Amino acid sequence: MDAEAGGAVERARSGDSEAFRLLVEQHSRAIFRLAFRMTGNEQDAEDVVQETFLRAYRQLSRYEARSSFSTWLYRIASNYALDLIRTRRRHEEKRQRGNSEDRDILQSIPESSPGPDRIFYGSQVKDRVNAALNQLSAQERTAFVLRHFEGLSIAEIGEALGTGTNATKHSIFRAVQKLRRSLQPVAGTTT
Amino acid sequence: MIHLSEEQLMLFYYGESAEASGIEKHLAGCEQCRAEFRALQLVLNTVDSAPVPERGAGYGEAVWRRIGGQLGTRRRRRVFTWWIWAPTTAVLVLAAFLAGRLSHRYETAQTAANQQQVRERILLVAVGDHLERSQMVLAELSNAPDEKGKLDISDERQMAEELLDDNRLYRQTARTTGDTAVASVLDDLERVLIEIAHSPSEVSNEQLAELQQQIESRGLLFKVRVLGSRVRDEESTPISEKDKSRKKL
Repeated sequence: MDAEAGGAVERARSGDSEAFRLLVEQHSRAIFRLAFRMTGNEQDAEDVVQETFLRAYRQLSRYEARSSFSTWLYRIASNYALDLIRTRRRHEEKRQRGNSEDRDILQSIPESSPGPDRIFYGSQVKDRVNAALNQLSAQERTAFVLRHFEGLSIAEIGEALGTGTNATKHSIFRAVQKLRRSLQPVAGTTT
Repeated sequence: MIHLSEEQLMLFYYGESAEASGIEKHLAGCEQCRAEFRALQLVLNTVDSAPVPERGAGYGEAVWRRIGGQLGTRRRRRVFTWWIWAPTTAVLVLAAFLAGRLSHRYETAQTAANQQQVRERILLVAVGDHLERSQMVLAELSNAPDEKGKLDISDERQMAEELLDDNRLYRQTARTTGDTAVASVLDDLERVLIEIAHSPSEVSNEQLAELQQQIESRGLLFKVRVLGSRVRDEESTPISEKDKSRKKL
């Protein structure tokens, strides 16, 4: 049963924790997918899922039914994941400054096909996609993931992130440009 | 012939172009733009190959088990007229917490002390989380790049709004119970949080510099880090150890 259609949101707003449980069960997997695509890290994605529902519960009184409940959850998850990505990157930069011998994962992947083994090559393409996504700024990655994977419109993303339509469009455009630069050599070779 | 831009092609790919029929016509007659569009399609289709770990049908239940217990305490606040008594409760709990810190000067009954320590531990977690989140906002703005054009600070602004209510409660209680050191840091923090919360979503270089100056001139990031670190130390100290050597924040 669709928890949202069953009035679970309204009941949760009036303090019915069983109704909120239905919403958690219905939306958890989608929020995890979104969080993983944004953070690229399973543990961080789990943190985002948990924090998203805790924040949603605290802010239920602020939810306005003009957007769908799932879009509202995406907004909370995206903003929290943005914070998390920025914090992680700062820590990572500090760590890398202390270890100058770290190699850039993107540079470690050969530009051309390593051989006839397409399975191996396929996994390399996936690594390269992940590395390319990691090159995006937090804002670009978030906007791109919401547009490309989650199918939100640019206007919806702009509203969810509070960035406005034009800035969001430019974030997605910059993301696509960067991805093209990184992935053009391998594009279309996946099986 | 004027060719389609990369941005036009991207918007067309995502079905967001206001000139879709014109672009379709152009693509039908222009081999160069068709090749460009195909290249874009290939790249974006390749992005889809990035794997996402699967979560089974029982995942939602597992998430609920993790968070359900934490919701219970909040719900009690929502059921009653929280806007009247939540601040009072918070003040009373924090008062107990801070009073407990002062009470080391006096000998008290062991049972009462144990109850006090449990209350302290609960509140330490809340104050610690509050300081950690505040620190994140301050650090984000302090380290923001000095670039041309406007900088989007909508996330920091939203977080500052959320932190303000809690900060007021903690500050007022610290003041009431005479813990002036804590109150002073929270007072400085509150002023800056208000500035951030009232800032526009996008700030110019000058506006950002003003915010950074506010944070820097008060030495706020450092103070919050020190206070947060002390709170975390207290939090991780076993109760028996704390009993031997209690210290003020």
